[in-house]
Amino acid sequence: MDLEYNEEYRSYREEVRRFLMGWPLSGREAELPEKEREAIFRRRGIEAGFVYRNVPSEYGGSGQEPDALKDAIVRDEFYAHGAPGDLGTQGAGMLVPTLLEFGSEEQKTRFIAKALSGEESWCQGYSEPGSGSDLASLQCRGELQGNDYVINGQKIWTSSAGQADWMFGLFRTHPDESKHAGISYLLVDMKSSGLEVCPLKEMTGGMEFNEVFFNDVRVPIENTVGKAGEGWKVSRATLIHERNLIASPNMMRETFNDLVDLARRSSIGGRPAIEDPILRRRLTEIEGYVSTSETSNMRQFTAGVRGEPLKALRPMMMSKLYSTDTMQRIVSCAYDLLGADGMLAPSEEDVAGWARKTTQTGWVEAYIFSMGPSIAGGASNIQLNIIGERGYGLPRDPRPPSDSD
Amino acid sequence: MDFGLSEEQELLQDTLRGFVQQECPPAHLRQIFDAGIGHDDALWRGLSEMGLSGLLIEEKYGGSQLEILDAALVCEVMGFGGVPSPLLGHLLASLAIQEGANGDAGISLLPDLATGSRIGTVALCEEDAGWVPEAWSCSIRDGRISGQKFFVPHADIADVLVVGAEGGRLAVVDGGGPGIMLRGHDGIDRSRPLSRVELVDAPCIPLAEDAALAGRVVDAGLALLAADAFGAASHLIDLAVEYAKTREQFGQKIAQFQAVKHQLARLGVEIEPTRALFWYAAHAVDHLPGEGARAAALAKAHITDRAMEAARAVVELHGGLGFTWECDVQMGFKRVMFDRAFLGTPDVLRDRCADLADW
Repeated sequence: MDLEYNEEYRSYREEVRRFLMGWPLSGREAELPEKEREAIFRRRGIEAGFVYRNVPSEYGGSGQEPDALKDAIVRDEFYAHGAPGDLGTQGAGMLVPTLLEFGSEEQKTRFIAKALSGEESWCQGYSEPGSGSDLASLQCRGELQGNDYVINGQKIWTSSAGQADWMFGLFRTHPDESKHAGISYLLVDMKSSGLEVCPLKEMTGGMEFNEVFFNDVRVPIENTVGKAGEGWKVSRATLIHERNLIASPNMMRETFNDLVDLARRSSIGGRPAIEDPILRRRLTEIEGYVSTSETSNMRQFTAGVRGEPLKALRPMMMSKLYSTDTMQRIVSCAYDLLGADGMLAPSEEDVAGWARKTTQTGWVEAYIFSMGPSIAGGASNIQLNIIGERGYGLPRDPRPPSDSD
Repeated sequence: MDFGLSEEQELLQDTLRGFVQQECPPAHLRQIFDAGIGHDDALWRGLSEMGLSGLLIEEKYGGSQLEILDAALVCEVMGFGGVPSPLLGHLLASLAIQEGANGDAGISLLPDLATGSRIGTVALCEEDAGWVPEAWSCSIRDGRISGQKFFVPHADIADVLVVGAEGGRLAVVDGGGPGIMLRGHDGIDRSRPLSRVELVDAPCIPLAEDAALAGRVVDAGLALLAADAFGAASHLIDLAVEYAKTREQFGQKIAQFQAVKHQLARLGVEIEPTRALFWYAAHAVDHLPGEGARAAALAKAHITDRAMEAARAVVELHGGLGFTWECDVQMGFKRVMFDRAFLGTPDVLRDRCADLADW
């Protein structure tokens, strides 16, 4: 065990920091609109080898030798500096790794670079009204007619569908095959005729979700990722990337620090809440979870770097549930500190961004928003099934005989 | 940057696991547990021959000069097996003497402590001051110590006691010497019996002039207890998983019921990730000055709390059997009770964490 970085990595960190002195942009570039400024800096980051390190340069990444420690250094430094690095969008974060693993040469050339730059944005078409936790029961049909799949049906909980240029999604193309074998992973142009997006309003007041309706939408057969009928396998890879996007220990520590700040400016019985003995114990108890999350993450990270990920298999399976629960403990404590302000509605700014929680109503939003991660990307009860069955060898839930994966 | 165990550390744990399975199987453990002596000569000899008694002692005195993390990894396995042994007190006493002895009288004890031919323990808790070094009241006058200490593990077999005194100082007292009187507490964890120690002008060897050494011994102890509780809780969860896979009700294994499956998975989620928390705390005590004290207190509070909850759930999952003396669950349960209270309960430790954070 050694928590220091060696000389090579220390100088790499210095290199990253020197590069980051170029952000924010200066001179005439500083006056450009935000999106353009970010795009310029991101392009420079790719040229310098810091952004999209693991995507080959022919597809628009910087094609560096795989090195998880350097990845972590870049991530931490960019995050601390607030500079635009790898996009955490559905396109860059989920579609690109999937295409790199399963996509055809044409698909990689056509889609990856534009997803990385954000020039084309993506949404994910998985869930359906009747298929949530039991995703593989999905019914949205893709019927082969000539060289096109003709899609009919509905998707739901589709984040950012209104702004997206493309959707990657799962469609039942082989209805006669067994449940998991009849699904294909297709790329759908959101401008296709017959496709309609209807926004849904979330309980926070935000409008991120949508319903997407398909009425004879035609998707060329070459937009199938992986083999036809193997979409389930392809999507499993993507789901792992989504779980990785959800669990961020940096964000957890920051939110915890914000909670401590809130305790400093709140009061209990006429005294600063931070001096209240019961609250102090509650804070340190929550910090026990935060520190566990951080250190367990470090353990998983090292296991990965050493090429022994199986040694950290159980904590890896637990990581999504653990961070979801820990975040909920933090925001629940904050919510209690709000007192009567807990009856206030979050403002539009509170709802719009990932802004730090510095206002009372910002915490109200965080309190409500924290329900999301316990549902998205595999609900907590499903996580418990996975942990019980695959982590501890407990029997699987009873299922109909035809329903196996 | 590497947050994982070395091959040597994994080997150390594997070797000790093998030894515990072989030499301290449940039936033997129960014999010792029921007898209430918390000690077995053959076991102690075996552990000593593996080098565990000298783990924290320098090589030149016959020890293996390893770190708190290595000691914690050993304690994890000891906790998992519920092994009755004076190792906890012995490790802390050796650490204190190794780092605090400044004369021949103290140093001359180290070779015997390293081989395990002499057993050490720590006498820290006081009636009013508890485990807080700065508040201890035992007085040292002209090389003699007087006062009362409570909850001293394995005092009945200890040859060497490291005693906490006023100002947070530590001093060594001969377990068989004059001026020392023992009275056993009726302890709940029969793998680690406790005594009250009364000292009346007992000859002693002072180890340090201030409370820094006692602070370090306490921090190390917190990391070791966290590891012990982690091991005990992991074992209890394994027992519950095995039981749920074999016990049948309503015509099926009870693990098939999602209520049971989810409860077991939850226990795993509360415990398994904390392995990294005690690793970090133990590492910090040696390598991250300024962080060690807080990390150790946080880890001990968190892990023993979670372990106690897990232990209670595991009793419940075993049904009526779990409530019996005959069921092995009670031994792990009581192991965790000891780990939770020794050197400070979670509440006390959390108060310290909050103070150390400058909140």
